Formats: sequence, C-alpha cells, structure tokens
Amino acid sequence: MAVLVDKNTRLIVQGITGREGTFHAKGCAEYAKQFGVDLVVGGVTPGKGGTTHEGWPVFNTVEEAVKETGANATVIFVPPPFAADGILEAVAAEIPLVICITEGIPVNDMVKAWSVVKDSKSVLIGPNCPGVISPGKAKIGIMPGRIHKEGNVGIVSRSGTLTYEAVHQLTQRGIGQSTAIGIGGDPIIGTKHIDAIRMLNDDPETEAIVMIGEIGGTNEEAAAAYIKQHVKKPVVGFIAGQTAPPGRRMGHAGAIISGGEGTAESKMKAMAEAGIHVVKSPAEIGDMMAKVLGKA
Amino acid sequence: MKIHEYQAKEILRQYGVPVPEGEMVTTLDEADVAAKKLFDAGNKVVVVKAQIHAGGRGKGGGVKVAKTLNDANAAAKAILGMQLVTHQTGPQGQKVQRLLIEQGSAIARELYLGVTLDRATAKLTFMASQEGGMDIEEVAAKNPNAIFKQAVEPALGLEPWQARNLAFKLGLKPTQINEAVKFMLGLYKAYIETDCSLLEINPLVVTADDKLIALDCKINFDDNAMFRHKDLKELRDISEEDPLEVEASKDSLNYIKLDGSIACMVNGAGLAMATMDIIQYSGGSPANFLDVGGGANQQQIEAAFSILLADKNVKAIFINIFGGILRVDVLATAVVAAAKNLNVQLPIILRLEGTNVEEGRKILKESGLKFEVGATMKEAAELAVAAAK
Repeated sequence: MAVLVDKNTRLIVQGITGREGTFHAKGCAEYAKQFGVDLVVGGVTPGKGGTTHEGWPVFNTVEEAVKETGANATVIFVPPPFAADGILEAVAAEIPLVICITEGIPVNDMVKAWSVVKDSKSVLIGPNCPGVISPGKAKIGIMPGRIHKEGNVGIVSRSGTLTYEAVHQLTQRGIGQSTAIGIGGDPIIGTKHIDAIRMLNDDPETEAIVMIGEIGGTNEEAAAAYIKQHVKKPVVGFIAGQTAPPGRRMGHAGAIISGGEGTAESKMKAMAEAGIHVVKSPAEIGDMMAKVLGKA
Repeated sequence: MKIHEYQAKEILRQYGVPVPEGEMVTTLDEADVAAKKLFDAGNKVVVVKAQIHAGGRGKGGGVKVAKTLNDANAAAKAILGMQLVTHQTGPQGQKVQRLLIEQGSAIARELYLGVTLDRATAKLTFMASQEGGMDIEEVAAKNPNAIFKQAVEPALGLEPWQARNLAFKLGLKPTQINEAVKFMLGLYKAYIETDCSLLEINPLVVTADDKLIALDCKINFDDNAMFRHKDLKELRDISEEDPLEVEASKDSLNYIKLDGSIACMVNGAGLAMATMDIIQYSGGSPANFLDVGGGANQQQIEAAFSILLADKNVKAIFINIFGGILRVDVLATAVVAAAKNLNVQLPIILRLEGTNVEEGRKILKESGLKFEVGATMKEAAELAVAAAK
C-alpha cells in the first residue's frame, strides 16, 4: 500500500530539460528501477515537444504528455515565475498527483492557483517541498533514497533536511517507513498536515506516524485536533523553531511567527493535548518512536 | 522587503488613496523648507515623523506635532539622528536618518484597516477595526470581536459590496461610504499590483470635516515577487537592515542574527531551526539562524564563515549538515579550505550525515586542522555548548 506513490505510479517531469529537472528525473527513475518500477515515462518543456531527452519523450503540454504516456503523477521543477502556471496546467490535465518542488513562488500567484486547485481532481503536494517517497517502491522528489528503509512508519513534515534527519534516525534503529511526505515550507501549500495525517491514518500499512512541524500558521494545531478525534495510531511529534524570534522569516516563507500566531509553544501544547508524543529535541524523534513501538 | 512610511504613502497616492501632503527630508535645512512650505500653504499643524522600518515610533518619541516653524525646527533637531528605541527595534534602537514632514490632520476618529494573507483560507483578507491607532495584535489578543474580517475571492477581487460592508463595520456614515469604497478598492489594487505581503493603514483617520485619510501606512513586499518589480526593489533601504544579514543575502545565504554565542551553519531551513533548538536544549544559546541551502559551494561556505566570525559574541561554530543533494565530501572540502583561508581560531564542531559521509570525515581528519566531530546531532550540540563555555 503506502500512500500517494507506489509501484503503479507513472511520472512525468515538468521542466525535464532543465538542470534540476534532468538531475532529479534520473534520480527518481534510478531509485524506482531498483525495485523493478519503470517510474518516469516522459517530460514536458514547452517548445521542445517531439524531441527526446535522456531517452524520455518530451511534450509541449501536460495534456499531451498524459494522453501519450498514461502518466498519473507529475513533478514540477519549473522556475518560480512560471511554477504556479505549471501547477494550473497539470491540474487542468486532471493528473491525480501534482508535486511541486519549486521554491520561491510569489504568494499572490499561489493565492490565485489554489482557488482552482482546491476544487480540482488533483492532489497537490508542495510547493517548496522535497517530495514524496514510499521506500522500496518509488520516490518523487529530491530526497536521498538511500537513507530510507521500507517499513510501517509514515512521516509528514514541512521541511526537507529535517525529514531526512527523522528518516535517518528511524532507519538506524531498524524502523522502516511506509511513506514520507514533505508537504513544503510555504504559506500556501496543497496538502497540509491534516490531509497527510488522514491519508496515513487510512493506510493499513502505516502503523505509526511522525509529524514534524515548524513555526508559522495554524496547520499543526488543526492536525492535532484531527488526531485527537480520529487517529488511534501512535504519533510522535516535533516542532522546529522553538527558539525563533517573532516577526522574522526563518528561511521558509511560511516559517514566521506573526500576530501572536504560529508559535512553537502553542503547537506543542495542542499536539500534547491530542495525545501526540511530543519531543523537545530533534535528536529524540527516533528514540521516541522506538519506545512507542516497543522496539527501544 | 520592508519600506518606509513615506515610500508606502507615495504608492497609495498613485492608487488614488488619500494621504497627507508631505515630504521626506534628510537634513535640518530641508526639514525647515518643507515645514515652511506646509505652513505657508495654510496648514495650522505640521507633523515631524521619524522614518525607520520599525513600528511604535510615536511612543518612542519619534513623532512630534508642531504649530510653529520654530517648533517644527526643534522637533526635527530632536528626532533626526536620534537612536530611536521602540518595541520592534530591540534595546539598541535604530538611528533616524530620514524624516517625513507632513501636514497635520484634524482627527475625529481613528480606525484600523489592513490587508494580508489569511493562511487558513489561502485568501487575501481585509481586517477592519474601530480601535485604530493601537497595536492591532493587542486588539486581536484582548478583543478579537473588535476586528472584522472580509476574505477576497482571488478570481473576483475585492467587490464593492465587500468594501461597503467593511465601511459600515467601521461605523462610517452613509455619506462617507462611496469615498470609503474607492479608498478600499485602491488599497486592494495597490496590494495586488505591487505584490505586497502586508498593507496596513493604522490609523485610518476620519477628519473633522468627515474626510478619510491614511494617516500612517505600512507596506511589506513579497520578496519572492520582486523579480517582476525592478522599480520597487529600488525602494530597499539597506541601512535599516542588519549589516551581516545584508552581507549574507549577497551570497544567497539565509542568515538571521540572534544574540547567543554558538554560531550555526546548517543546510535546510527546518534543520537550521531544529539546530538552534537543540543548542538551547543542550544548555547553550544560538548566535544565529543560517541556512546555506541545498547546493552550497565553496564560495558560499567561505562567505558564511566570514559572516559568522564577524559576530563578536560567537565562541564556537556548529556545522550541522545532512547531505542529500549537497554531498558531505564537497562540504568538508569547502569547510577545510575556508577555515584555512580565514585562519579560523574558534572551535569548530561538526555533525555530518548523508551522501559520501565517510569521505567527508576523512577529509576533515586529514586536514591537519582541529575539528571536533559529533557522532550524532545530540553529541555534537553538547560538544558545541561545552566549547562555547
């Protein structure tokens, strides 16, 4: 099972002829190939349709790429000024899964795009995210596949390297992962903590969940309320930015405490009240999960 | 990106939003000329306002009202060049290098009007309150019902009925509604066309003769959208920013200065925040937030070192890298070169994990330099805290 990405995923890459697109298309394809999965089926670069790139067919439009390849997922490596447009094109082509890696999309572009995406048939992951990996099956994104191990812990996180950190701690303790979802660090993202938690909760292969949040917004609080009501699986949680000053944007466009909202304290409190095993130190994520699963 | 009040008002003026007549000056002579012009034009009152990026200027003594040219001159003398301390500047304050000399307004009512993104709905949202002039965060905390919110449909933009709704919630008179609608539609247009991330009118003033005027204005722009606003980029005033942060931005480094003693160098914003957290958890205090990004090269690492070393509070440097795209051996090579080039004397503690980590550790070991390497993030944080004591 796992969620979002599995052995049946067929991926196109928007921006496949760019440097980033090429590099990561290869990375995703190679990772999936180890498990006998032919993941990447083509790419889109407007104006380069009809050519091939690294052996993959290139199309002018997403619609055409989907029609010709039967892709059911797309990953977007388009530069920030054009990325929201790329998301809208993918959604118009009704691709079930749209993952946008691009960092630095103007907020007002995403305000417009989201008003369409939210009522569409597509699930959007990101933008400004590392992507999604179901270890032992396939990955769509920029994460190092090597540190992962197939298993039963689902992960949801706003941050890239902090997700790798959590994965690494689990793998080192012999705890594998079902799916790790990097939902992204922007103020407007498609799939939020609550949506990812819902997916992982409904996934029979996922036995426990790691939820990593950071300062800014109230998405973690919303997810905590959902967990309190609906999730029986154990959840380990961490919030980054406990020492961050208010009013400063901590790298991620979405990581800012403003108007007294979005503090680590309020998130950790809501999570603890929902029965989540909240750790104060990022080094304790793996140990806490081992303890919760009786593997310590 | 933040801009000054006088710049924000100039933008409002371009969008047909009424603001007081005024002029930005940088010297006392210019201040005199500007004040004289306003008095000569028949204004009874002139306001001298410090132009710094922080809020709370009035309470800190950065805004003075003058009824004579002499008073205006004295006010300008007192404010220009002062170290203005407000709740947003920190205890060291911010030097006032510019003044706004402005006509005074006969104030009947002070209201609040702001536009920003509501993350929960992913829509731009107008906030209106009759409790203007106060810190809106305070109003939100004490009396959230006093703030009326109106979300805007992105495809439609602010609609006249929504603006009317806001105007009535502000308690405006029926005769003022049309003017208020025009005012708000102008604000929305300015917000969209200049890619603001915050546009705040506090206070929005109703004058004694029932006119609406934006007495103060704060605009922040979305940094990510500045590529399409070359003209607005020129409004940046780097003298208002932390010099180290300005330096860092030149090398695409994400740096924020804090006041602790352990400098951090990390890849990824989430891990960088988590690294600050674990330093505090281990009994130390972080000197900064620094995200070197996913593809840091030697030049950036060297620039990062220079910035960290320029902070005199720093007693140890903690490098926490989880190599994904960024290979650990490449990073280690850059760290060794930078440490040698800059002759770094402070203890450097590293925690390295990820792609090519063994090669990376070997490079550090063979460098002949004294690096301490922690096996885990926890161990490395503890080493850093011990080294900084």
